[in-house]
Amino acid sequence: MSVLEIKDLHVSVETDQGTKQILRGVNLTINEGEIHAIMGPNGSGKSTLAYTIAGHPKYHVESGSILLDGAEVLKMTVDARARAGLFLAMQYPVEIPGVTVTNFLRTAKTAIEGEAPPIRTWIKDVRQSMTNLRMDKTFAERNVNEGFSGGEKKRNEILQLELLKPKFAVLDETDSGLDVDALKIVSEGVNRAKANTGLGLLLITHYTRILRYIHPDFVHVFVNGRIAEQGGSELADRLEDEGYDRFLVPSNVG
Amino acid sequence: MSAASALSKSASKTVPEPSTPATSASTLPVGQHGIKEHSDGRFGYVPVQTRSDRFKSVNVADFQAVTGREAVWKHSPVAKFTDLTAGDLDGSRYLIELTPSAAISVEWVPRTDARIGTAGLPEERAAANAWGVFDDALAITVSGEEAKEITVTRSALGNTARGAHTIIEAKPFSQATVILANTGDARLSENVEIILGESANLTVVSLQEWDDSAVHLANHFASIGRDARLKHVVVSLGGSIVRVNPSVRLAGPGSDTLLLGLYFADAGQHLEQQVYVFHDAPKSRSRVNYKGALQGQDARTVWIGDVLIGNKAAGTDSYEQNRNLVLSEGTRADSIPNLEIETGDIVGAGHASATGRFDDEQLFYLQSRGITEKEARRLVVRGFLTEVVQQIGSPELEARLQLAIEAELIGTDDK
Repeated sequence: MSVLEIKDLHVSVETDQGTKQILRGVNLTINEGEIHAIMGPNGSGKSTLAYTIAGHPKYHVESGSILLDGAEVLKMTVDARARAGLFLAMQYPVEIPGVTVTNFLRTAKTAIEGEAPPIRTWIKDVRQSMTNLRMDKTFAERNVNEGFSGGEKKRNEILQLELLKPKFAVLDETDSGLDVDALKIVSEGVNRAKANTGLGLLLITHYTRILRYIHPDFVHVFVNGRIAEQGGSELADRLEDEGYDRFLVPSNVG
Repeated sequence: MSAASALSKSASKTVPEPSTPATSASTLPVGQHGIKEHSDGRFGYVPVQTRSDRFKSVNVADFQAVTGREAVWKHSPVAKFTDLTAGDLDGSRYLIELTPSAAISVEWVPRTDARIGTAGLPEERAAANAWGVFDDALAITVSGEEAKEITVTRSALGNTARGAHTIIEAKPFSQATVILANTGDARLSENVEIILGESANLTVVSLQEWDDSAVHLANHFASIGRDARLKHVVVSLGGSIVRVNPSVRLAGPGSDTLLLGLYFADAGQHLEQQVYVFHDAPKSRSRVNYKGALQGQDARTVWIGDVLIGNKAAGTDSYEQNRNLVLSEGTRADSIPNLEIETGDIVGAGHASATGRFDDEQLFYLQSRGITEKEARRLVVRGFLTEVVQQIGSPELEARLQLAIEAELIGTDDK
């Protein structure tokens, strides 16, 4: 069984005002098949955690480690992390002009599997996933994320999640900017991917509404760069009622 | 690294970037320290203020010897082609190959042909030199309303300094794609006149896949009639020095042009294009989009985009842009958009220019899906250039260009 362990992770980022400490000792263990929700107010470091796992060059790891089945993820290049089984669904996926979705998906699948997928089953898989996500056929021939609406971009992220079949996926505010119909479609996609591959999920969100459709096993409240409280799904209900106020009082001082 | 601007309807007259020509010497305050006429010998010389006022002549003797300081030459390695600007050129016929097409005639016509000189006249010495020497002009005449395509290939020009003249005429209401394909060696200065009758729909592609030693200086002059549409595409991949300057006059009301360019400069290559669009009729429309990649020591590209919206051109809409992707150290890309507007009544006029390295966020996105950095870079470059290829509208040529771009990209892997 696969396990992703984050141990005492400290991360900083360079800003115009100098080095800014963002993560201050994050500890988290995710087993295959588990859904962990990370919730927290704006600026608490949730997205930094997501991008650090994926290996974005902007974030500087000061100390700590991220282990995927015992292997040090922090030593891997961005693409090696993906090939090892990590996936990040981005909050703001970038446009890649001139590269069609079809071409991109096939290139990524080939890179991850180490060989080109068999044509016939691959085309069938892509079509099926697109149909499930209510994506029109014409998407396949459009350039990646170019001219996509917010909802279309998120669906395109989940399409990749379904097709690339990672061991662990981080969903960075996948719910943001989605109307309720799109939220349901995207959530169904995530649940389907989990049912098919048994992947572990780290669901990063500001709001609880996505948790109505994707049920977390664990909820972690992220404040000021570390986990302030954790519990089961009942914690999410409490946050829905109370908001983050009770966590913010002491942390704003420091 | 990037600059973009757009002008709205309210702009009445603007000549913004990057450096407006110096004001006329006579308006300078007298006696102020540091301000005096230039010491280049042309005392009292007032630079041309409006693009359409530039000196034109078919007589080479009317142009002074090229020094490399002239506006049209200052970005070019003029010392490397003095044979074309100052030497005697061979103006004889040359061998062409073509794919025959119904309703397109290709023939050599004498200098007395009535069409010669109707689309434009030389504004610099190499063009005038070529104009003076050609024995016959190659005339490609399109008629017939159905869509068709022809490819005219030159591959055996050799290394003799040559001057040549081509006429491409699209009769009223006709439609065609004309591909001028260039391979092999060459030392060529040429003028190409493109004449579109009313409502004609013509695509002209000039494809430069010369050998590494070739020098090619071309001026394309187009005149577009009422409601006619010209798509003009310059693709420069091969050659030592390639300079293709399209100059388009939107002469009839409702005329429309799309000017596309695609270039990939490798080490030591000089690829230049000076684009000029003259809106000289109401309701005319233009779009200019040139994209280039540079890779290797002394890879050099130049793009100058002049747009002049004349005082007769009410209700026009224009936009020009140039994008350059710099793939290595040691390259230089010049990108100079100029916009001149002589009427306040326009729908839109804008320009954009950006030259930069890879977008790190694009690379991160691709890599986060398991794609190696090398492959990610290739995807981004391919995608960057493909945007232009996709607009050409000739499936066979598009497929061929994709392969040619692949070949250029394989070159980048070793670096």
